[in-house]
Amino acid sequence: MPKEQPAVTAPDARGRFGEFGGRYVPETLMHAIEELEQAYEEARQDPSFQSEFQYLLHYFAGRPTPLYHARRLSEHLGGAQIYLKREDLLHTGAHKINNCLGQGLLAVRMGKTRLIAETGAGQHGVATATVAALLGLQCRVYMGDEDMARQSPNVFRMRLLGTEVVGVSSGAKTLKDAINEGMRDWVTNVENTHYLMGSVLGPHPYPMMVREFQRVIGQEARRQILEATGKLPDCLFACVGGGSNSIGLFYDFIPDQEVKMVGVEAGGRSLHLGDHAARFAGGSPGVLHGTYTYILQTADGLISNTHSVSAGLDYPAVGPEHAALYRQGRVEYTYANDEEALEAAQILARMEGIIPALESSHALAEVIKRAPQAGRKKVFIVNLSGRGDKDLGIFQSAGIL
Amino acid sequence: MDTGVTSRIGSKFRELGEQKAKGLIIYVTAGDPALEATGELLEAIERGGADIIELGVPFSDPLADGPIIQRASERALQGGTTLRKVMQALPGWRKRVSVPLVLFSYYNPILQYGLENFARDASEAGADGVLAVDLTPEESESYVQTLRKWNLDTIFLASPTSTDERLERVASVSTGFLYLISRTGVTGERKEIAANTRPLIQRTRKFTRLPLAVGFGLSTPQQIHAVEELADAAVVGSAVVRAIEERFSAEGAAAIEKYIRWLKQGTGSSPA
Repeated sequence: MPKEQPAVTAPDARGRFGEFGGRYVPETLMHAIEELEQAYEEARQDPSFQSEFQYLLHYFAGRPTPLYHARRLSEHLGGAQIYLKREDLLHTGAHKINNCLGQGLLAVRMGKTRLIAETGAGQHGVATATVAALLGLQCRVYMGDEDMARQSPNVFRMRLLGTEVVGVSSGAKTLKDAINEGMRDWVTNVENTHYLMGSVLGPHPYPMMVREFQRVIGQEARRQILEATGKLPDCLFACVGGGSNSIGLFYDFIPDQEVKMVGVEAGGRSLHLGDHAARFAGGSPGVLHGTYTYILQTADGLISNTHSVSAGLDYPAVGPEHAALYRQGRVEYTYANDEEALEAAQILARMEGIIPALESSHALAEVIKRAPQAGRKKVFIVNLSGRGDKDLGIFQSAGIL
Repeated sequence: MDTGVTSRIGSKFRELGEQKAKGLIIYVTAGDPALEATGELLEAIERGGADIIELGVPFSDPLADGPIIQRASERALQGGTTLRKVMQALPGWRKRVSVPLVLFSYYNPILQYGLENFARDASEAGADGVLAVDLTPEESESYVQTLRKWNLDTIFLASPTSTDERLERVASVSTGFLYLISRTGVTGERKEIAANTRPLIQRTRKFTRLPLAVGFGLSTPQQIHAVEELADAAVVGSAVVRAIEERFSAEGAAAIEKYIRWLKQGTGSSPA
């Protein structure tokens, strides 16, 4: 794979990161997407929008989040010094709130009165429901029946926040099917509704816009690690579902060629199609949900079902900017399986007193594999993108509790 | 854009124009309820009076479709119908009907088949046009070039939400006819024709001389008649798919033919 090419920093005018991205949607949505792009460009340059966004990130969501030196874990693994970017400490318990505040403000600016969203683990759904309550917008969240069952605490949180949660019973009843249903709602109610996409997926400008709302993770981490250690980190780790927490952490480090980056996908039960969500291990380029990227599919171009113990990673496509970073070789993509993620969560809980989301546990699992081989002067940052309270039922059914 | 080549779709609309008649376009999902049934259904639909048939290629994630066509796609996929199987069966179906056939698909199966292979196989198998429901004009450059090379009409959708600028763009990449979506939303039957259908037809006329077909939500002869006061053809999809779902296994293709014949009354002309 070619190395050291200039990093992808922005999509082109057609929303392409290299060959990936673009816009593949029914014509009915195109005008709304063009409006969104224009509204976003204006908001981005509007100091009053930016100051409101910064205000809410600080006073409502709780930014900046700490960069915490996990000393017991580092000592236990006997190698690299591990720092956790504590996105799990944000209001609503995950990085998703960063993007939801940004898009929520944008929806108000565009005069939309209703938010819709898809959710897998429920973290994005809860963040969307929270922002809808904060801004006085109507809200409906689509969630696969399977995910509603395995992440039920988040369903209750959304309802308490005044959001209507609609179960989706088609396909594998997970995130992909929830997005299909969200798109059907949007195509029907496009005049008054903003689709609050939860990751760096979908048609342009979503992948770019969501990245910009999540960049704050890496901006803070870069400053914090320089303060803490006086140097740039050796390696960054983040889990990759759609890829918003990972691109959020990685983006501002991309020009720093000495900083390695590792994206960790869901290896699920096995690498047979249908048993995992490791798009770079088992996928190929194609079109799903508005964008051209790596997807898990059959030879006939039908989208494959996926499996992961973590609902937030259980999705057959990856953000197009990740596909470009993969092609360039700037980011290394690997996967951790269900068992490794469950194990990593328990290690962090016992070593540091922090219960991580099973999504983030995939990144931790990779750190646990690599840290012992690295020298004690090496510095790893892992994005602890969410907290694990929602996953207690999964631990229970896995026989761990 | 007029390529000057007389396509089967172009001839059909010319013929309708000469007879001062309006067209009836019928959608059916290939492989629903089984691939073996599709040939028989196509014949029945033609006998019932369809002027053009849209042949839906089932897809795993039909996000522009309502529940009726979603269920049809699921049935077809469960029976193993894929774009490849449709292509293999198409020459046989082509022999059984003479009306123009339009392949109606989501883009990814076409992309994975390979644009060049797809266009060649579709053309050689006797398809007349293609509509990729999630392919925007902006992303369609090589698709349009390749399909044109194989004399396939490229049909695109226009929506009430399309601005004039977008209508012009849609018209510029379309041949055969333009498919106007009568209302925002997914496919499925509706009781009333949306108020913005008429302005959409009028706005689109400014940008093209291509025939205009109106679809999404039509299910009765009255609705067909209403849209054809201004448009050149009406498309009926979900209502036909529902008729197949409810009646085909018990009553056979004759029931579907009768149903199409009933819809045909809306066009003001009866089947030959």
